Amino acid sequence: MRFTVAKAIGQGATRRQAITRMMATAALLATTALGGLTLGVGSARAQEEIRIGVIYPLTGAAASTGVELKAAAELAASIANGEIPAPPGLVAGAGMPRMKGAKIRLIFGDHQGNPQVGATEAERLITSEKVVALTGAYFSNVTATASQVAERYGVPFLNGESSSATLTQRNFKWFFRTTPHDDLFVTNFFTFLGDMEKKTGKELRTIGLFNENTLWGNETTKLQVKLSDERKFKIAEKILYPAKTTQMTSEVQRLKAANPAIIMQSSYLGDAILSMKTYKELGFSPSMLLANDAGFNDSEFLKTLGKDGEYIISREVWALDQAERNPLIRSVNELMLAKAGVNFNGNSARAFTGIAVLADAIDRAGATTPDAIRKALQETNIPASGLILPWKGVKFDASGQNELGQGIIVQVQDGKYVTVWPFDVATKDIVYPMPAWDKR
Amino acid sequence: MTADILLQVLVSGLLIGLIYALVAVGLTLIFGVMDIVNFAHGEFLMLGMYASFWAFALFAIDPVVALPFTALLLFAVGVIVYQTVIRRILKAPMLSQIFATFGLMILLRGLAQFFWKPDHRLIPHTLVSGNVVLGPVQFGLPQVVAALGAVGVTGALWFFLHRTRLGTALEATAIDREAATLMGIDGQKMFALAWGIGAACAGIAGGLIATFFPIFPEVGASFILIAFVVVVLGGFGSVTGAFLAGIIVGLIEVLGGFLIGPEYKTALVLSLLLIVLLVRPKGLLGKA
Repeated sequence: MRFTVAKAIGQGATRRQAITRMMATAALLATTALGGLTLGVGSARAQEEIRIGVIYPLTGAAASTGVELKAAAELAASIANGEIPAPPGLVAGAGMPRMKGAKIRLIFGDHQGNPQVGATEAERLITSEKVVALTGAYFSNVTATASQVAERYGVPFLNGESSSATLTQRNFKWFFRTTPHDDLFVTNFFTFLGDMEKKTGKELRTIGLFNENTLWGNETTKLQVKLSDERKFKIAEKILYPAKTTQMTSEVQRLKAANPAIIMQSSYLGDAILSMKTYKELGFSPSMLLANDAGFNDSEFLKTLGKDGEYIISREVWALDQAERNPLIRSVNELMLAKAGVNFNGNSARAFTGIAVLADAIDRAGATTPDAIRKALQETNIPASGLILPWKGVKFDASGQNELGQGIIVQVQDGKYVTVWPFDVATKDIVYPMPAWDKR
Repeated sequence: MTADILLQVLVSGLLIGLIYALVAVGLTLIFGVMDIVNFAHGEFLMLGMYASFWAFALFAIDPVVALPFTALLLFAVGVIVYQTVIRRILKAPMLSQIFATFGLMILLRGLAQFFWKPDHRLIPHTLVSGNVVLGPVQFGLPQVVAALGAVGVTGALWFFLHRTRLGTALEATAIDREAATLMGIDGQKMFALAWGIGAACAGIAGGLIATFFPIFPEVGASFILIAFVVVVLGGFGSVTGAFLAGIIVGLIEVLGGFLIGPEYKTALVLSLLLIVLLVRPKGLLGKA
């Protein structure tokens, strides 16, 4: 059955040419028209305002994460501005005493998960919103382009939650990062596997790599391959899948065919959910699923998957059960719960800490000139007790990387992320191997 | 072992291919009748998914049971879109038509995000859940039901277009609008009908995949690109062509992804698009 076309489109153009043109136009529109969308509201610049540009994915596939990051950033700003009393011990520039009560104002930019849009937003925030510092952008590839713009304009860029190792290997003068980067996290995986072998007496030497194909997944893969070689692990299958896909059966089939002891996976939220659904559909349960944070640690992950999200293991920088060790985590989390209706997670806790560290630095700088802020950031030395993250502190090295960050490994047990490694800070025993789908 | 895996991969490809087909059928129908490419088609799919989600969340109606309502709702959406937007741009330059449906796409996405938040959602317990194991092959029941639904709906559409008076009138309008008008067929009504049916197809596809695919405002974007490939491969305006092409695209994506490497699966599908445009620009069953 077929429909022919009565009306010719345009004079002399075939239908096919017309459609090709249409599609090209649409593609162009998608990259440029959407790029123009901005969320910041311009207003007169008050004297007592410290304008900080914050770039997150507020629309697009990662918007649900972006909205949480935004809430966390706003909470940190409210504490710095003294609108919410600071829990005792927290380092967040509370009240900004050395800035004579000047208030921080966050001006948000939306990068939609697109590096070009991120760069445009950084440019807009610097040139028309006149921000004194930038922060963001969650996606490593967007942080890369946005911080390039900041570097060009000589504006400090503090990144709290992008973990691609290359970001601090660029010899930038204005770039600082509080979170540990992927090298550390991925190294942790292998140390963890070594510890697990000692603990269980089982060989965990074959690995299936299952990573998404943007900057983050590619960097992670490279490092995992390198570390596997160094530590005598065998890579049974290596998959770099196209992010935001409609089906993952070919990927999961390949993993199933290779049947490794461990799956190491890096996915953002949509893909993380789809992959779990596909594992279940095809009845694939590796003895251990070691996720690289991101989608697997998003608050939506368990909310959406419920029981099907159980037993996955992920690296983290934060877990609610760490509140048992550090009461500060509990009190700041309660503030977040009151403000946004959700608990902190590793991403939002790092976004919060990013703004807190920046506010502390600006307060110590006592001025909002780029040089003063940069100098204060370089002099940052926050002890572990002033943070809501299980780090040894915040202190930047010459490349701008926080050298006191560290990670933990968590597992989903009974609908909660519990710390299972390092064994000395663990609150629960690890469930290993992961139960098969039909035995749950 | 290898044969088993291959069989499993083929079945998976077929299942997803049928879904692609159902999404593309609505798109090709609208194009066939009135030469307008509906860029908001993926958003109709998204609305279908949300309709199922809310039917479940608010009234505890299973997505499968809710399918007729989802179809009716999306039919209404299609007709309303036609009456309020498309009718006004029928004779407008093509660029305006692109802007109109493209703008509609952004509007619907924005509204979905505004009203329903950008969260990913899933329908936790559906009537169809669990796995089916047939010898060496195993697949999810939701996927099977979705694929069967896609076959049923496409079949019903084919029957409607070929064996009913109204369907024949629709096809007549597609072939020659003016001649059809002279025969007493109301062109405006036919156009509205095409939009209604096209949107309903996308809505049903949404309702069917809502049993296993995460629901979020941008979900249409993942499917629409593939739907375009399917429409081109099948031949613009050909419902049967879109059906076959959907299966082919699904098989190539899953099988090619498995054999050559998942990192190339999108590249494979898009290479197919290029080859079709070079070798057989009218598509499998199209007549340029």
